[in-house]
Amino acid sequence: MPKLFEILTREELAPKTIMFNIFAPTVARAIQGGQFIILRVSANGERIPISISGWNRNEGSIRIIIMAAGRTSAEAIMLKVGDCFQDIVGPLGKRSHVEELDGTAVLIGGGYGTGAIIPTARDLKALGNKVIGIVGARNKDLLLLQDEMNEVCDEVIPTTNDGSMGIEGFVTHGLAKVIEREKVSYVLAVGPVPMMKAVSEMTRPNGIQTWVSLNAIMVDGTGMCGACRCTVGGKTQFACFHGPDFNGHEVNFEELQARQKMFQVQEKIALEQLNEVLV
Amino acid sequence: MKDQKPKLKPKEKMKIQRTEMPERTAEERVLGFGEVPLGFSEDLAEIEALRCLDCKDPKCMVGCPVGIDIPAFLKKVEDGDFAGAIAKIRETNFLPAICGRVCPQDQQCELTCIVGKKNKPLSIGNLERFVADYEREHGLRVTPEIEAPTGFSVAVVGSGPAGLTAAYELRKRGHEVTVYEAFHRAGGVLVYGIPRFRLPLDIIDEDVKALEEMGVNFEFNTIIGKSMTLDEMLSKEFGFDAIFIGTGAGLPKMLNIKGENLNGIYSANEYLTRIYLMGADRFPDNVTPLNQGKKVGVIGAGNTAMDVARTAKRLGAEVTVYYRRSKEEAPARTEELRHAMEEFINFKFLSNPVEFVGDEDYFVKKIVCDEMKLGEPDDSGRRRPTPTGKQFVDEVDTVIFSLGCNVNPLIPDSTPEIVTNKWGVVLVNEETLETSKKGVFAGGDIITGGAKVITAMGQAKIAARSIHHYLTEKTAKHTYFAKEVESV
Repeated sequence: MPKLFEILTREELAPKTIMFNIFAPTVARAIQGGQFIILRVSANGERIPISISGWNRNEGSIRIIIMAAGRTSAEAIMLKVGDCFQDIVGPLGKRSHVEELDGTAVLIGGGYGTGAIIPTARDLKALGNKVIGIVGARNKDLLLLQDEMNEVCDEVIPTTNDGSMGIEGFVTHGLAKVIEREKVSYVLAVGPVPMMKAVSEMTRPNGIQTWVSLNAIMVDGTGMCGACRCTVGGKTQFACFHGPDFNGHEVNFEELQARQKMFQVQEKIALEQLNEVLV
Repeated sequence: MKDQKPKLKPKEKMKIQRTEMPERTAEERVLGFGEVPLGFSEDLAEIEALRCLDCKDPKCMVGCPVGIDIPAFLKKVEDGDFAGAIAKIRETNFLPAICGRVCPQDQQCELTCIVGKKNKPLSIGNLERFVADYEREHGLRVTPEIEAPTGFSVAVVGSGPAGLTAAYELRKRGHEVTVYEAFHRAGGVLVYGIPRFRLPLDIIDEDVKALEEMGVNFEFNTIIGKSMTLDEMLSKEFGFDAIFIGTGAGLPKMLNIKGENLNGIYSANEYLTRIYLMGADRFPDNVTPLNQGKKVGVIGAGNTAMDVARTAKRLGAEVTVYYRRSKEEAPARTEELRHAMEEFINFKFLSNPVEFVGDEDYFVKKIVCDEMKLGEPDDSGRRRPTPTGKQFVDEVDTVIFSLGCNVNPLIPDSTPEIVTNKWGVVLVNEETLETSKKGVFAGGDIITGGAKVITAMGQAKIAARSIHHYLTEKTAKHTYFAKEVESV
């Protein structure tokens, strides 16, 4: 049997973007689409939330995608098969909303957020819904998990900023086309804040049910610390406990984006320290 | 030595002044995270214990939630038999080194001590701490005897004061015990919520180690209600026969005022967790960051507020505590308030925050307060603060809310059978502490809505006794509906 939190497989999906399968049976036994984990890479590490892109309950494994952006993610992608994460705790947060719809479900993944929409796309499909996936990236080499997206969606619309594949532009260009041609009843967007905000603005006039997964800063992840508080519908909500998915039309995205920068200065210092060690 | 001590009459004993535990100076202690009290010497301990009148009808024990035989342990201290003293305490209290440090004795045993009627009460807390430290420093701790295996297994949810106590009491009675903890280390609020200068980590770790030596299993990184439900735990899959819930605090209370989600505004839970669980005071060697400015405002005047204020001071800030009532109503224990005031922390009483103002980067810069005055007593019996109409504005770059917490919602949220009141506090049978779900018992903040370490421990003892009864008495019934009481 593998060790707790041992890395079973490691695959580079794009530069600095790694997909891991990890032995984490207490997470794997209960995780559902839209939920997340908190991990630590080392004994002096910080706790960071990571969304889940898949699991294997029999094997007791979970699948996550990490893109190196700060200190902890940079350390994480250096781990190899057979290495262990220090801690993994979950599942955290509530399952993404799914239901039988009278129109199309559009699931939108920006960058490494693509992984997070796959389980919910599968759930929506299993309920008999038509599911369209829209995946966005800067260029075609950064588009992730296309085969799997094709498998779980009825149609996948890639968008690239440089036009190297699919529609040239942003995910919203893809979304606009779908809304124009068919009845859309459900949108779930996972990715950078400006993308989730743009998607929510686009669906607002039609009143389309729109969910966004908020990637707030977290510490404990169980509702105890309040680091992840955000304003939704004018009320303070805790992304870890009440979310991570919220009604995109009610989220104060400006606040979320500002709060993500709370430790910007410290994050730079921490990353520099790692780079010094590596040199 | 023992025989040479004079036999003092009660009247003579009453003339001996209380021995206060020596403390480091405020100037020295704000430079680091070392403990404030320095401990008793053996001599000082014996002299202080000598003051006990050995009352025929001692009142001190009435004030102790875990029922320590206080006169008996004091007698042993007086005789210089410190090993005997700690053994006496350990008959009823599994965590004396912790209780000796964090219990509000001035509201409990020392409040009811008969000596205290005419003189200052015995320094019971400090003596408990002294003998617990003596035991540790002299390697006298023995693994308690464990009764023959019962064949039953019990899950304890949470490894805070309630969970650790329940685990001890249940294991001692011969049950298999597994403690589930959401964090990566044991201790709960003792670790993430109480500063090291009040409770050093190695003391908690010793107690956890003692439980491990007794055969208690610890499972970390596991969130009951998420990783597994109570029903699954009670099913064949996990095979537990009973469950104790000691999950403590949950969502921190805020004020719902303008600007409270600005950057630089923390809850006490977040602030203390970053520092004491994650070690953010040694950033970047520990990767968890803390972004503390030079002017820190602390909202609230309870024990946690004092912990936060004194921590912020140690990390180099100028600290001001804002409290809407006056010093007399402050919920913090006397010693905590005194320590904070000695440590150069500013207090603005009758000051009620109404708004925070931020800069263009969304960082807090100003706190706006209503000046208050006290009116007629309210429901809590304290005089109700009302605005005078005047306001003032202070510059701040960090604000920490210390207004308490709601209870942890994870288990009630995932277990509809568990009945709570409208605040989410789990309802239990007052005598057995059994919840509305058969075989599931609870203790600590989850049933009180927020109380003391020692209260949680006392309840864990009661719940453990009930669980033992539930498991071993064939006639045991679900006790919840026998007597439904709101235990708040």
